[in-house]
Amino acid sequence: MNSGATAGPFSLWVYLSQNPLLWLTVTLLVYAAADAVSAATKRNPLANPVLHSVWVIGLILLLTGTPYPEYFNGAQFVHFVLGPATVALAVPLYENRKVVLSAILPMAVAVLAGGITAIVSIIVLAQIAGLPQGVVLALAPKSVTAGVAMGISESLGANPSITAIAVILTGITGAVVVTPLMNLFRITDFRARGFAAGLAAHGIGTARAFQVDTVAGVFAGVGMSLNALLTSLIVPVLVTLLAR
Amino acid sequence: MIASLGLILLCQLLGEILVRGFGWPIPGPVVGLVVLLILLQGRDRIGLLRHGPLGNGGVESAASGMLAHLSLLFVPAGVGVVQQLDLISEHGVAIFVILVISVAITLLVTVAAFIITSRLLARWRSAP
Repeated sequence: MNSGATAGPFSLWVYLSQNPLLWLTVTLLVYAAADAVSAATKRNPLANPVLHSVWVIGLILLLTGTPYPEYFNGAQFVHFVLGPATVALAVPLYENRKVVLSAILPMAVAVLAGGITAIVSIIVLAQIAGLPQGVVLALAPKSVTAGVAMGISESLGANPSITAIAVILTGITGAVVVTPLMNLFRITDFRARGFAAGLAAHGIGTARAFQVDTVAGVFAGVGMSLNALLTSLIVPVLVTLLAR
Repeated sequence: MIASLGLILLCQLLGEILVRGFGWPIPGPVVGLVVLLILLQGRDRIGLLRHGPLGNGGVESAASGMLAHLSLLFVPAGVGVVQQLDLISEHGVAIFVILVISVAITLLVTVAAFIITSRLLARWRSAP
């Protein structure tokens, strides 16, 4: 290790891998590329930028032998914004308060019925499938937006990264199935269709609803926010009743 | 811009303090959401709140900037899947199947509850 020529690239790698700059840059650039692909395919649900960023970055980590905590040392700056972004959901809720108030009763009933169904169905199905207790708990909040779901998961003592994956898969699934499913059952009320998409599939479902119909998009945003509130209140209760 | 971001962080901070202080089982940012909603509602009644970030759309533009790239924020946590490869190879298929079933059931129950309630309301309002 006395020659600068051979130590050069290695010491550069040591420096980069221990500095937040490298993995923060990789996170932003991979996401920007995945988002460009998603835009080029007219926001096809299967070109979901989160899904593709996750496996591309995961592959880079595996190929370079980088442990996840080292990656997270850089990526934590992006991760931190999940909290403020959850607070920011108050703004669309406030801006659409008239629409929200005009359908307040149907939404109140739907958020209770749908929010409870989302949690109970996944807990019961996970137990039928014989999944370990830790996984059952991590899946319970899967229908709400990642920041909230991961907070819930942490407070249950479950693994937030399993929750993050479940949240993303739930969002993509919801975005793919919502339109054919609603057409199959001949649901023509776009308020109801959008509300269900936001409630069951959070931000990814909301983005999908906006592509189909503006009214559906607004109701999806409201469904997502209301379910974030309801789920964080009732998951601890339902988990105690069903899974402990 | 800075004041608006500061206000959003302040709401989250208040949320975290309340949640930890009272031992509530909900995430701090959700309480922060409620705090910001109360501030936005209060602005319409209390003139004092109409200054700074709550005036002329400051907090609105900061919030929409953050929400426009909501998907990006999921990525660091999602990459955590590299630590769960054993779990994925063992239970991945089962997890995927039950998530799809649960999402479909949730969508149908939600849409049915919404439509039935609004039809009952319409009938009740038009009843003599």
